[in-house]
Amino acid sequence: MMNSPGREAINMERRKALKTGGGIGLMALFGALGLLQPGKAFAEWNKTAFSSKSMDEALTALGVAAPADSDAIKLTVPEIAENGSVVPVTVVSNMPNVEQIAIFVDKNPNVLAANFTFPSGTEGMVTTRVKMGQTANVVALVKADGKFYRVAREVKVTAGGCGG
Amino acid sequence: MGNPMKIRAAVKDGVTEVKVLMQHEMETGLRKEADGSLVPAWFITEVKAQHQGRTVLEAQYGQSISKNPYLLFRFKGGAVGEKVTVSWTDNKGDTRTDEAAISA
Repeated sequence: MMNSPGREAINMERRKALKTGGGIGLMALFGALGLLQPGKAFAEWNKTAFSSKSMDEALTALGVAAPADSDAIKLTVPEIAENGSVVPVTVVSNMPNVEQIAIFVDKNPNVLAANFTFPSGTEGMVTTRVKMGQTANVVALVKADGKFYRVAREVKVTAGGCGG
Repeated sequence: MGNPMKIRAAVKDGVTEVKVLMQHEMETGLRKEADGSLVPAWFITEVKAQHQGRTVLEAQYGQSISKNPYLLFRFKGGAVGEKVTVSWTDNKGDTRTDEAAISA
């Protein structure tokens, strides 16, 4: 069974995937090294979270256990995106003390799109634009007063945003 | 050094709204050229916004952010003429910093 041609082919695909992944990892490392230059005060880019292939993996990488669904987060996305390469996303949280907002596209190759950190005095809202390869859920994760909340909305994509 | 950003900052009722349009290809690393070769990943990984030297927003981006990233956020405070500075860094270590004065 182990040596059947089908199995072999799958393994080759896996090797290729690992190889590509390694290349991206190396570049991220160079990026991280760049950040260590004096005068830069960025927190280190969370490579594990941004390479995550599933929501569960990404949430784990961000240190989130089980976010509660919340109506206090307003997630504005188009119902239908004619162009998957530019999908506007607005997250407005009506909770006090918003510390973090993360935006995910659950069917993209890398699910985590962005992770925003809000110092006190900055309102718990943000607008950005994401790429979507196919119809998927856009998920907003909000950390307020130390607790995590989430909300998801489906966006139907008629033309994908990954190459063409 | 990257191409210049467009930054608009306007204060109203004690809240400053900042709109930023960065210029960046934001290549995912998954797209293929016509000859089948992969276009290497090239995207902004970090963004930071400051008001008069105080950080008002920090962000980490992944490959799913669109080309020429747009960003809108709001912070309390800010006065006409004060500076808002935005910086980004990409996965190749390139950086770009631009600033704008807050308008009414």
